[in-house]
Order: sequence, then structure tokens, then C-alpha cells
Amino acid sequence: MLQIPLWKRVVIIGLCLLGLAMAAPNLFYPRVEAHNDAVKAFTESGAMTDTQAAAKAGWPDWLPSGLVNLGLDLRGGAHLLAEVKVAEVYKARMDSLWPEARKALAAERATIGAVRRAPSPDDELRIQIGEPSQIARAVEIARTLASPVVTLTGVGQNDIEVTGQGDTIVIRLSEAERLATDDRTMQQSLEIVRRRVDAAGTREPTIVRQGTDRILIEVPGIGSAAELKALIGTTAKLTFQPVISRGSNPDANPGTGNEILPAADEQGIYYVLDKVPVVTGDELTDARPDTDQNGYPAVAFRFNATGARAFGDYTANHIGEPFAIVLDGKVISAPTIQSHIAGGSGIITGRFSVQEATDLALLLRAGALPAGMTFLEERTIGPELGQDSIDAGRVAAMVGLAAVVAFMIASYGLFGVFASTALLINIALIFGFMSMISATLTLPGIAGIVLTMGTAVDANVLVFERIREEMRSAKGPARAIELGYEKAMSAIVDANVTTFITGLILFVLGAGPVRGFAVTLLIGIVTSVFTAIWVTRLMVSLWFARRRPKQLVL
Amino acid sequence: MAFRLKLVPDHTTFDFFKHQWATFGFSVVLVVASVIISLVMGLNFGIDFKGGTTIRTESTTPLDIASYRGVLQPLNMGDVAITEVFDPNFREDQHVASIRVQAQDGDEAITPEVIGQIEAALKTVDPEVKFISTESVGPKVSGELIWTAIWSILGATAAILIYVWLRFEWQFAVGAVAALVHDVTVTVGIFSLFQIKFDLTIIAALLTILGYSINDTVVVFDRLRENLIKYKTMPLRDVMNISVNETLARTVMTSGTTLIALIALLILGGDVIRGFVFAMTWGVVVGTYSSVYVAKNIVLFLGVDRDKKPVDPSAKFFTEGAADADN
Repeated sequence: MLQIPLWKRVVIIGLCLLGLAMAAPNLFYPRVEAHNDAVKAFTESGAMTDTQAAAKAGWPDWLPSGLVNLGLDLRGGAHLLAEVKVAEVYKARMDSLWPEARKALAAERATIGAVRRAPSPDDELRIQIGEPSQIARAVEIARTLASPVVTLTGVGQNDIEVTGQGDTIVIRLSEAERLATDDRTMQQSLEIVRRRVDAAGTREPTIVRQGTDRILIEVPGIGSAAELKALIGTTAKLTFQPVISRGSNPDANPGTGNEILPAADEQGIYYVLDKVPVVTGDELTDARPDTDQNGYPAVAFRFNATGARAFGDYTANHIGEPFAIVLDGKVISAPTIQSHIAGGSGIITGRFSVQEATDLALLLRAGALPAGMTFLEERTIGPELGQDSIDAGRVAAMVGLAAVVAFMIASYGLFGVFASTALLINIALIFGFMSMISATLTLPGIAGIVLTMGTAVDANVLVFERIREEMRSAKGPARAIELGYEKAMSAIVDANVTTFITGLILFVLGAGPVRGFAVTLLIGIVTSVFTAIWVTRLMVSLWFARRRPKQLVL
Repeated sequence: MAFRLKLVPDHTTFDFFKHQWATFGFSVVLVVASVIISLVMGLNFGIDFKGGTTIRTESTTPLDIASYRGVLQPLNMGDVAITEVFDPNFREDQHVASIRVQAQDGDEAITPEVIGQIEAALKTVDPEVKFISTESVGPKVSGELIWTAIWSILGATAAILIYVWLRFEWQFAVGAVAALVHDVTVTVGIFSLFQIKFDLTIIAALLTILGYSINDTVVVFDRLRENLIKYKTMPLRDVMNISVNETLARTVMTSGTTLIALIALLILGGDVIRGFVFAMTWGVVVGTYSSVYVAKNIVLFLGVDRDKKPVDPSAKFFTEGAADADN
């Protein structure tokens, strides 16, 4: 019969109530959001301002406080898709390999002749030797520089491949090492971008890796993509490089292995520097604002063990010579080495203001991006547009809902009321579920909800039409209802599985707003099947048990 | 008896397949025309697929497109399209324009300098102008997005083909997929005909249309499968007519509620998603049509192997599951 066992009734009603409770905070969006922000601030800092305390009190702690995230297109903000130039790291690796290789080969100069670095593509190191006949020996020496790759997939492989071509040794990274390097570069870039965006204190930024070499960054509430780019800093590389000479001609020939860079705050001054840095910013462990011996703002820093050793060795051997501190391709300062600096700490002086020193310290602490980035896609959505979209979407959804409800009641009477109630519960469940998993609502997502309103009644329509048909074959009302549900089931399942498939594909392949649409569509399918099959059936069965109608008016 | 709105009478005996050649022919003509229109007129691709930048401006003073064009011309940015946006939701003094600039040579995404130039130039015409949104997509990404779009449509179609094949017969799968191809092509055709902006959200709409259209098709197939068992000796054409007639009320109701909701969104939902909603609204109409006149027509042409027992074990499983739930 139409009876539904008690436990099932409890589960159905319980799920509906849970959904309603979870959805409820969204009705008081600004208040709950302020409450959540205050709570977050409190747990992080342990203290609250008066306004925060008031905001926290604005929503009771014991009530659910999950909200749907508003997508960028609804809240406004900036979206960036950056491509990390992972190959830049290969070049840095090759450059740092050269001194080591030179040292190893020079030790055997007697057999292999003079050693010279030859021009090469960025991802190779080419070394010419004086005695081409000894190339096999030279390759053998170069191979000693290799070390095994430490990844799961690259077991048994070395990090570099060394081959001999005529009088030239060609060194390049092995495939396994490239993959490992790319991965490290990406992890590092992600972490640095995350730290910098977090430091700006914006709400719930999305920073995720996409594909092999891309990072998607979405920051709600930020003024523009340009601002976000400035925050991330396209290049922020710190290096310590030996100074060859200082001059005022930007076009002078720096000589092989050297480069010419401008001074940061002295107009018209250029430095010729050795391209290979002594230490890089990657090896910094700490940086903080400080003052120099004259009381001017400066930045104190500390290297890690390898950095400290390299820095110590260099300063010990080059007392009296200048070396340059280079940030973003500009020489910040070029002090002369006064003494052996052991222990790996020191200070950077320049003509800093207190603010600049503080910023620089922050920048150094956050670490430099290991490689540059190109921005492939950028979008800025103003908050006004987002608010307009929310308002328009809300009005459209209300009107659509009212129209669907009117249409259903006009067509099916009391059963239409059941279906409409289920539809309302369905919408609450969608919001409740989205709040629970903190899913993101986008403008197409609102369209998805409106579309769900239209299609959610489909399952009910299938059932109701089926009941009408069964009634025509003159069965009792109870039997007609029962058969209606039973026979409509396979159509409901098929219809929803196929829609689910397309939603799933949208979710997997789509991004941003489109993915938001897919999320609401998928959740909508699940909740609409639940409400149509279980919730309306429960309502019908309760009504039937109470009234026991002899005849069904449908 | 209570009043009931009945768009479809209780019992209908329309002969849907009387003019099967004419209706099928019409569908074929529609598809061919859409392909030709798309090829000849091309699609009005948005920056998602073509690369470039769109800037949305808003001002309280009425727009003068010509003077906008006048100040942007000297910047030499190639193809610049400026359109005024109208929407019933706009306030009296809300004047919105959309400016699209082609991808600049050699840049992956538009540089902040270029956007700064555009904004400065427009401020000289109208100092009140606000820049509501700026979106920029580089040629590299836009090229990939096209492929993602194509793959997602093909993937969805293939997945549906397989599902329908497993649940029904291969003839049904062919019919269903032909209907999907019909819907997608005709929708693309109408976008080309009216030169409506075609961007990533339209692809989402196309996939939704696939979902909706197959939904409709499958419901009728489901009934057809049931009736094929019930009327074992009746000619296929008659069984199909019965099935379509029996599900007609449901088809009209569901299309009706969906259209009602979508039309509300089309009128009131704002201009930002109008193209998207239009695609879906159009898709509901086309999808409903194609599920009878394309999918069923093809099944009718192909015939169904009725000697085989057409009872699907999983179908039985689902109905049994439903029966159990009643206990």
C-alpha cells in the first residue's frame, strides 16, 4: 500500500529539516558573513574589536553558519590565469652548474685542454674543450657531477644527461629531473602566490594549479586584475652577484658570462656583474626591517646552511671587492666586502625609507618566485555589476518560481500544491547542500537553479500523468497512485541519469562560472529526484491516510 | 470536479508520423541551413574563443558611441567594437556600453597600459564613466578553450550514446544522438544568424540543451519500450504513435514549466546572462521538437528488432526497487 515505514518518514523529514537549517543562513547573508569574519578574526588573533564583537553577536553561535560562496561574477573581484615559465629554472640550473663543471674539468686540463663555455640554448650547458680527441674522458668527468633523481617515477635516473659532440660536452637535464623540477617550481610558485595574496588579507582567494604549468588565481573583492598582478609581483628575484665594474654606459659590452644592470636609485649608473650569482634569494631563511650603523633603515637577512657557506666562502676570498644586491633586475646596492662574513647573516643597506625596508623584508621573507609568469587571461568584475546580477537573478528566480507554482497548481490542484511544496524544499536543499560543502554560486549557477525549478517538477509530472492514466483504467485511487510511482520510476531514472552525465562533463571540463553552473545543476538533479520521489510521496501518503478519498481528483 | 488547466486533453490520437518524410526532411533542411549559415556568416565569437579584451562601461549620461569610437581610433588597437547594452532592468540614468578590442599582437593578455590608455581616452569623452568589468583573454588560452568546448560536446554526446545504447537498443541510441546533433547545430545556426555573442557560457548552454533534449527523448523511449512489450503485434508506427500520445501531456507540462522559468530569467535576469538563457530557452523548444521528429523518426526508419525480448534487466530492477519502497 501507500504506507511508508516510520523510519523512512523520519529520515525524509529529517533530511528536509537539515537542508532547511543549512540553507537558512543564506537568507541573512551579510549578517552571517560578518559573524563568520569576526569568528575567524577571533580564532586567528585571539582578540576582537567592538565592531567585530557586535558582528559576532549578530548571529547566534549555535545556529549553522555555512554560506554559499558567491562567485567572482556575483561578488566582484579579479581572476588571473598565469603561466609559470618553468623553463627559466632550467637555465638557472645550467648556469649554476657551470662553475662546478669548470672546476672539475680544469683539474684535468693537462689531458683535455682548455675549457670554455660555448653559447647554448637556455636549457643546455655546452662546454668546449681544447683537445677534441679527449672528449670521452671529458664526458666521463662531467658525468661525475650527476646525482640521482629523488622522485617516485624517476628512480634510477640521474638528474643530468651528458653527451659529447665533437669538441663540445652537452649537458642537459634528464626528463625525470625536468618533471621533478617543474613540479618543484610549481609548488614553490603556488606557495609564494598564496602567501602574498593571503598577506593582503582578502577573503577566500582561490589559488590552484591548472595543468602542468599554470596557476589560476581568483580573488574576490580586489579592485582590479592589475592590482592583483602587482600584489603577486610578476618577477621578484633577489640575487647577490659579484661586481666586475661600474659605469654609466648602458650599452657597453659586458663580456661573456656577464650582464649589465642599472642601479635602482642612482640615475645613469650601471653595473657590470657576473651572471652567476653567489647566493640567491631562495636561500634566505629570514629577512626583517632593521637599521644600519648610521641609523638608516635597512633590511637584515639570514641565509640557510648552503647559502651561508657559499656566502662565507665568497666573502672570505673577495675582501675589498664590491658585490651587488640585485632585486628584480636592478642593483639595490653594491657594498664593498669589509670582512669575511661568516654565519650567513648580514644587512642590506640602500636608500630605503622605513616603509620600503619593511616591504622589502616582507618580499624577501615571502620568497622570490622561482620563475617568471605570463598572464594568459585576466578578468576584473566590479562589485556593482555583481550586485546588479544578484538582484536581477533574485527577481527572475522569484517570478519564475511563482509562475511555475501557479502553473502546477492550476494543472494538478492539490497534487500541484504537493509538488510546489517539494519544489520549495528542493531549492532550500540545493542552497543547504551548497552551503554545507561551501560550493560557489555563480551567475550561470543562478540560471541553473532557475532551470532546475523548471525540470524539478518533471519527475512529479511524470508520476502525476502516470497516475491519471492508471486512474482511467479504473483502479482504486490507492492502487493508481502506487502504480503511478512505480511505473514512472524507470523514466525518471533514465531522464535524470542522462542529464547528470552532461552535468558531470560540464563540471570536469568547465571552469569558473561554467563550473558553478555545473555544480548547481548536479546538486539540483540529486535533490529534485529526492524531493520528487520521496517528499511528494510522503505528502501524498500522509494526505491519503488521513482522507481516504474514494475518488482521486487529479 | 475541480477546475484543472489541461493543455493536452486526456486522450489524444495525433498521428505524429503521418508526415514523417516531411517532418524529417524539414529537420534535415534546418540542420543543413544552420551549417551553411554558420559557415557563411561565421559566429560572433566572444573573447573566450577569439582572444582580446572586453570592457564594460557604465555612465549616468547618455552614450555617444560615435565619440567613443572617435577617441579610441587614434590608439591603433586594430578591431574595436563598441555596442550599447540595453536591458529592462537598467535604471533611468544607467547607460552601459560594451567595448571589445582584439588581441594585440605579441601579447598573451592585454597589458594594463593598453587598458589604461582606453580608460583615459574614454574619460575625455565622459568624465563620469565607470569601468564595471574588464576581461582579457590571450590567444593561447582562447585556442585551448575552443578545443575544450568541442571535446566537452563530443564527450557528452558519446556518453549519452553509450548510456542509451546500454539501457535501450542501438536504434534508440542512434536516434537520440541524431536529435542531439540536430539541436546543437540548429542552436549554433541561430546564434550565427542573429550574430549573438558566442562564448564559453553558450557551450554550457549547449550541454544543458543536450541534457534536456535527451531527457525528453528518453522519457518517450521508455514508454515505447514498455508499449512494445504490451502491444506485441501492433505495427511499430502505431506503437510509437501511442507512446508519443501517452507522454504528450507530460512533454507539454515539463516543457511548459521549464519555459516559464526560463522566460522569467530571459526577461528579468539581466543582460549579462541573456545569451546563455536565450540558448537554453531556444534549446528547450528545439529539444522538444527533435525528440519526436528526429529521434523517433530515425527509430521508425531503422526499425526495432522485436523478436528479441526487449525487457531490460536494469529497468526491471528500478521498478522493483520502487515497489519495495512501498512496503
